[in-house]
Amino acid sequence: MQYLVLIISLFLSPILSANSSDLSASLAQLSDRNNKAKSEAIEKITQSNRPQTIKILQSLLEGNIYYRKSDKTIFYFNQRDDGYHLEDVLSGEISIIPKKRGYKKVTINNKLRGKLRQSIASLQLGNADPSVRKSAVEEIFKKITPGNVALLNEYLPKENDVNIRTLMQLALTISELSSDDDSITLVAIKKLDGNLEPIVRNTLNQLVEESDNPTIIAAAQESLKSIKSQVKFYDHMETLYFGLSLGSVLALAGLGLAITFGVMGVINMAHGELIMIGAYTTYVIQLLMPDSIGMSILVAIPAAFIVAGLVGILMERTVIRHLYGRPLETLLATFGISLILQQAVRSIFSPLNRTVITPEWMSGTLDVNAIFSLTWNRLYIIVFCIMVFITLIMIMKKTPLGLQVRAVSQNRAMARAMGVRSDWVDALTFGLGAGIAGVAGVALSLLTNVGPNLGQAYIIDSFMVVVFGGVGNLWGTLVAGMSLGVINKVLEPWAGAVLAKILVLIAIILFIQKRPRGLFPQRGRAAEN
Amino acid sequence: MKNIRLKKCVLPMALVLAGMGNALAADTIKVGVLHSLSGTMAISETTLKDTMEMLIAEQNKKGGVLGKKLEAVVVDPASNWPLFAEKARELISKEKTDVVFGCWTSVSRKSVLPVFEELNSLLFYPVQYEGEESSKNVFYTGAAPNQQAIPAVDYLMNDIGVKRWVLAGTDYVYPRTTNKILKAYLKAKGVKDEDIMVNYTPFGHSDWQSIVSDIKKFGKTGKKTAVVSTINGDANVPFYKELGNQGVSAEDIPVVAFSVGEEELSGIDTKPLVGHLAAWNYFMSVDAEENEEFIESWQKYTKNDKRVSNDPMEAHYIGFNMWVEAVEKAGTTDPDKVGEAIIGVSVPNLTGGTSTMMPNHHITKPVLIGEIQNDGQFDVVWQTTGTVAGDAWSDFLPGSKDIISDWRAPMSCGNYNVKTKKCSGQNF
Amino acid sequence: MNRLAFLQDDRGGKIFLIILALATVTIPMFNLLVPETSVFHISIYTVTLLGKYLTYALLAVAADLVWGYLGILSLGHGAFFALGGYAMGMYLMLQIGDRGVYGNSELPDFMVFLNLQELPWFWGGFDQFWFAIIMVVAVPGLLAYVFGYLAFRSRVTGVYLSIITQALTYALMLAFFRNEMGFGGANGLTDFKDILGFSLQSDVTRNALFIASAVALALGYLSCRYIVSSRLGLLCVAIRDAETRTRFIGYKVENAKLWIFTFSAMLAGIAGALYVPQVGIINPNEFSPLNSIELIIWVAIGGRATLYGAVIGALLVNYSKTYFTAALPEVWLFALGALFVLVTLYLPKGITGMKKYKAAKA
Repeated sequence: MQYLVLIISLFLSPILSANSSDLSASLAQLSDRNNKAKSEAIEKITQSNRPQTIKILQSLLEGNIYYRKSDKTIFYFNQRDDGYHLEDVLSGEISIIPKKRGYKKVTINNKLRGKLRQSIASLQLGNADPSVRKSAVEEIFKKITPGNVALLNEYLPKENDVNIRTLMQLALTISELSSDDDSITLVAIKKLDGNLEPIVRNTLNQLVEESDNPTIIAAAQESLKSIKSQVKFYDHMETLYFGLSLGSVLALAGLGLAITFGVMGVINMAHGELIMIGAYTTYVIQLLMPDSIGMSILVAIPAAFIVAGLVGILMERTVIRHLYGRPLETLLATFGISLILQQAVRSIFSPLNRTVITPEWMSGTLDVNAIFSLTWNRLYIIVFCIMVFITLIMIMKKTPLGLQVRAVSQNRAMARAMGVRSDWVDALTFGLGAGIAGVAGVALSLLTNVGPNLGQAYIIDSFMVVVFGGVGNLWGTLVAGMSLGVINKVLEPWAGAVLAKILVLIAIILFIQKRPRGLFPQRGRAAEN
Repeated sequence: MKNIRLKKCVLPMALVLAGMGNALAADTIKVGVLHSLSGTMAISETTLKDTMEMLIAEQNKKGGVLGKKLEAVVVDPASNWPLFAEKARELISKEKTDVVFGCWTSVSRKSVLPVFEELNSLLFYPVQYEGEESSKNVFYTGAAPNQQAIPAVDYLMNDIGVKRWVLAGTDYVYPRTTNKILKAYLKAKGVKDEDIMVNYTPFGHSDWQSIVSDIKKFGKTGKKTAVVSTINGDANVPFYKELGNQGVSAEDIPVVAFSVGEEELSGIDTKPLVGHLAAWNYFMSVDAEENEEFIESWQKYTKNDKRVSNDPMEAHYIGFNMWVEAVEKAGTTDPDKVGEAIIGVSVPNLTGGTSTMMPNHHITKPVLIGEIQNDGQFDVVWQTTGTVAGDAWSDFLPGSKDIISDWRAPMSCGNYNVKTKKCSGQNF
Repeated sequence: MNRLAFLQDDRGGKIFLIILALATVTIPMFNLLVPETSVFHISIYTVTLLGKYLTYALLAVAADLVWGYLGILSLGHGAFFALGGYAMGMYLMLQIGDRGVYGNSELPDFMVFLNLQELPWFWGGFDQFWFAIIMVVAVPGLLAYVFGYLAFRSRVTGVYLSIITQALTYALMLAFFRNEMGFGGANGLTDFKDILGFSLQSDVTRNALFIASAVALALGYLSCRYIVSSRLGLLCVAIRDAETRTRFIGYKVENAKLWIFTFSAMLAGIAGALYVPQVGIINPNEFSPLNSIELIIWVAIGGRATLYGAVIGALLVNYSKTYFTAALPEVWLFALGALFVLVTLYLPKGITGMKKYKAAKA
């Protein structure tokens, strides 16, 4: 096989060298500062259609093409441990330099980036790997130009993967919408009935406005009508999804507090900082395992639970245990602790935000159809929230610890009399609540800033959720979080983000008047507690 | 019992003493640094405090100013706006500082402004802001709207061919003004109302799902769409994360931001954001001798070879050097004399040119547009050929188009109405 | 003397009032009469700072009245303070006249800037000092009355009440941040020039404001003390200690709570009104829930249910803040946080409780 390649390349080499002066000229043109010149160069390189063309274009796209300032030679550029590796694009010669001085990156802008992607896609339609072909067709889908239509027509007969064929045909049909021949357009409208691609909708809209053929206008309007009702339906679905995902974040942030505040009665103002500790733990874990970001989140979950839990137990043992029965004083002490924790983070990690990288498997979207897609990370967070919730319920309901926690929270003296080591239980319960807060921090680190102010942003919302749901009731916290999220998102489109939040707060105030003990009040016999 | 009385007596006594301990003669020149080191703004402002300390240390190595050493007086106004005014007063009247470098948000500047005018001291303000102000005692070394927003929109319109605009911002004065100016500007360029979408969010907004999805829908009509973002501070990270999540790539809908610099990006994974834009007067990646030197000493000073530099740092660099030169020129740190001497002073900026203090207390700066790269840096894709002079009063706002500012005699006025020929709003 | 009989058992209060009176007289004297070069001169910076502390102290007294004697932990008292402040700020804003940057004699600068053509209706009347003063007490009072009426009637108590007061101040903060509200948005109201025709920047006005704050604090203290030593005060303590029992005995618990709560809100409003001209700015951050929590901490540190303890707490915490932010700008939060933790652990009754604490130990 190797020999074969060698023979072929030997055979081809004279042809290549004849062309290579062209290629080297277009390559040199890449070093031009002017983007138009670069654009022309890219076109020429694409047309040269040589074995290394795709590699050149891709490296250019990734920003790994450099040129030597002195003679405008173009290199592939690689940063390695022993310095910068430069590979001459034409000769393949590799040289290693310690400093970048004298070399400059070939910069590209968005326009060029789009052009590169299109060029690469056009070259990859014949690729052996079906997944590469698929993404190439998807790329072309974004810009259905006459040139691309010709390409698609060329490759369609050769394509043997059914899915890709359908996609190609769809693209061709869409191109037929703008055909000069009215009958073709009409057929295309029929074929595309109910298709939700925005490009279809836009072209149909255009047809309605510009066409002079009444049948086409009528057909397009008909088609648009059904599209519109579908769009409306999916808009509602989207709002619901956004609401649930916001709700899951709120519920997750509130669950830890439902334990420390709801079950134990500690007004834990440091709850937000425990969330923050969880987020920073995620950051540190990613620092420790930079090569396996995908795994890091999974490692971070137990790590954050342990770190935040330990901080919680420490808080309980040193400060809070002296304050049982004086809930308001726990507010003061934990507020003091929250200030200390914030400043500690500021001193250790600097006041700047830290980067937490979203792993591959959590980024991107799950496309239900062309207009409705679910973001993976939010989806995972909803699932995660429910898992945490179920675990917590299990712990509280099915384990000896849960039994003891409930016993202590209901009647401390009696529990002690029955032999429950109440201080042990207190420490573990607080640790559990703190640990859950830490786990919430892992989820939040993927959505928002990892910085010293992270905790403050969520403390008020957490208290609202717990109180709205009914103190001491885990189900209440979940339901409250979810419903506040959905209400907020339903209000947001017509009231704006700020007003929606104000309205939700007023709703909570009024709701508490109606049910002074939250959604799911704890049942008890005492007239007061 | 004794203890209580003691406490009660000690407290007022301490306060009284605190008020008196300033009679000592000054053999150093005191430079006040008024940046929040705690609270919500600490994330941005702490860097500027470090920058000032570095600049002062370097100046002292060169022998100080007027043969005297400089001494930095650092206080923490804790992101609390009334506290800014209190601390400003403390710096000027108690610590006897000769000049103050500080503030980030407009409201903090508004809060300290009457104090500086009353006590006649100088403030150098390093952040891009909404304009509509020109005080005798304040020097604005950040960008005015015409030094950032308008060139950026020009670039999008002419080079990228944007036809449809989303103006998204945090709900406060800077985004409101900038968007108002931009809207007037876009309309003057023939953009229709239906092609402009304006959206405001509260400070620290963290759930961007619906808004990003709205932007996506707005951008799917086939016309090239761009987002002009004046989103402030902490809200940016979740916004960009959501953009990445929902797959809004820069090639489809580029976002050009006026408040996102290298510092903010250092808290985000920038791989999904490559190609989104920012408009500033300085980028860390700028290829200039002064810049390389500055970055080298900054990283040495902070003992962190990954530490980034950003635009407000450059503004402090320029402002500080201008002040030093003006003091040398005036031969004194007297605020009036320095204020007179500083107009027209030119110092090198970090982008390889020079910046000059204009009579309206704003400075000349080049405008650069950069694209985010996967290493958290910006690549400059466009820049103005020369520098642009900061305009204190925008020509696109009905209330201020007749107002000009010139602090040279004989006008000596920050808001002179050319129609009524009156100078209003002056406190002296 | 008979009228002040309610002060008889209040030793701490008497000491506090005497110190306050002394300070009110001497501090302006040391500022205005002693030449600046003298070591005994008190700078105007210190006078204004002390004036600001006194307004905080009045706010703390108001909070102590409802928390210490009525058992209502309001985490939203800052809202009443800020509302009073806004009422005063609106008056001061309209006093600027045509000295604003746009030289518009009708409208404050931020309205010119927002393209408003005329003063919004709710700004009407605020150019009159008497009207502003009425609003300073009426607006917080009315809000407290409506809020209290709803909450106390529905018997919302304990943490639920605390959290909805927090929701109230949070909602107000978000609302005032909005530019459409017509209160200056995030920048709030600032750049005040004069009050009742006197320049706010003159030393005499500053001293007058300091004295006014001190007098307001003394009057506020006396009225609170009067209330708590009256029959109503006894009822309050009964409600605090056993609300249900008090109700079963036949007292109208809701009414007592409602009136005290409203009165306390009015006091907070007055404190806010005195605060604004001294610091020169009022903006929505004053509504921030953290401010209200901090206020509760002043009271706790000073000692709950003593009234003068609240004053001591407010002065001590704010003075340490001023001191720490200048002396230890990088790490002052550690010091403040530690102070909170240590006080709760070792001085559960606050500083004024030290006496009782020692007696109990002995």
